[in-house]
Amino acid sequence: MDFNLTMAGQIIAMIVFVWFTMKNIWPLLDAAIVERQEKIAEGLAAADRSQQDLELAQKNAAETMREAKDKAAELLDQAKKRHAEIVDSAKDDARAEADKIKAGAEAEIEQEVHRAREELRKQVSVLAVAGAEKILQRSIDASAQADILDSLVAEL
Amino acid sequence: MSAETSSGYIKHHLQNLQVCSTQEGWQFNTSENPTLCKGNLVAFNVDSMFFSLLLGFVFLWMFRRAAKKATTGVPSKFQAFIELIIDFVDTNVKDTFHGKNRMIAPLGLTIFVWVYMMNLMDLIPVDIIPKLAEMMGIPFLKVVPSTDVNVTFAMSISIFILIIFYSIKIKGIGGFTKELTLNPFNHWAAIPINLILEGAALIAKPISLSLRLFGNMYAGELIYILIALMGLYQLPLHFGWSVLHLLVTFLQAFIFMMLTVVYLSLAHEDH
Repeated sequence: MDFNLTMAGQIIAMIVFVWFTMKNIWPLLDAAIVERQEKIAEGLAAADRSQQDLELAQKNAAETMREAKDKAAELLDQAKKRHAEIVDSAKDDARAEADKIKAGAEAEIEQEVHRAREELRKQVSVLAVAGAEKILQRSIDASAQADILDSLVAEL
Repeated sequence: MSAETSSGYIKHHLQNLQVCSTQEGWQFNTSENPTLCKGNLVAFNVDSMFFSLLLGFVFLWMFRRAAKKATTGVPSKFQAFIELIIDFVDTNVKDTFHGKNRMIAPLGLTIFVWVYMMNLMDLIPVDIIPKLAEMMGIPFLKVVPSTDVNVTFAMSISIFILIIFYSIKIKGIGGFTKELTLNPFNHWAAIPINLILEGAALIAKPISLSLRLFGNMYAGELIYILIALMGLYQLPLHFGWSVLHLLVTFLQAFIFMMLTVVYLSLAHEDH
């Protein structure tokens, strides 16, 4: 327990050490720590933010997907409807054409029948006249009875 | 063992290497005259000063290196270790000291690390360094600076000066005087009693601070020396005591720092 000048030397050393720590060590390290804390806090906040962004984007994507599906279904429906319409109109067209052709054919047939009948009638009247001539050659002039023959032909 | 008898061995281990000014100029104490400098005020304990300054410079060098390379990005393991210590000190200082003073934290850090390093010298087996020194012709070498009252008192007196400086700076001379004279009995007639009580409390701070550290480390060192006298039995005992002492070294450094902060915090409190 003997005191001597060591103490004075130690006091000076301590003052120098503390001064050096205060000027050249503590502020640098403290600043680094504080700055890193801020960086970490910012990083965590950014991570949170991006998580939210991700959720939002996922929601948007789902929304868009659903819309696209709806649209596709709608288009499909329209196409089906259009298809049915086209088929229907084609059927109608075909039917109308067929009817027209049928009607044409029927008219032709009618005409043919008419003409045949006319021919027949003429031939019959000629035949009748010939028959009558033959009959009348024996009796009377053909021209005197022509009106009667004509009325007969008209009745046929 | 360097001395023939147990008491000689112990005495040898507790003797500082000293240099002092005598009538024949500056002289070291020698094996023939170990107490040459006893009672001489103009003397230096060369070993205490050498080891404490060495450790102090190691501390400054280590922390300065970390401070220069300090990055705000991912720290290296060394920087993380240094920051761990900084953070430990900073947390304790912030918990205790609420004033605004940029000196307290660096002061606490210096005291904590320096004292801890000086205490840790105790864990080096007691004979290794003195034996090597003896081979080089140095008769005495005490390697644990904190077992030297000069070292511990130097620190506590520096802190005592700071306490008084900040007491006067914050409270003014009037306030500080009032605190010394009108506490705990607020009456003019009680001034002498107050002065004695408060004065004793004030003086007790540095004395208790330094004697606590000195006593603990001196006793620890003494027990190491006694264990070293026991021959082969010293091995388990030495291990046990080292485990205990590992706690003591840390605890003493921590207490020294915390009390420094507490005393300075009290000095900053304005009633």
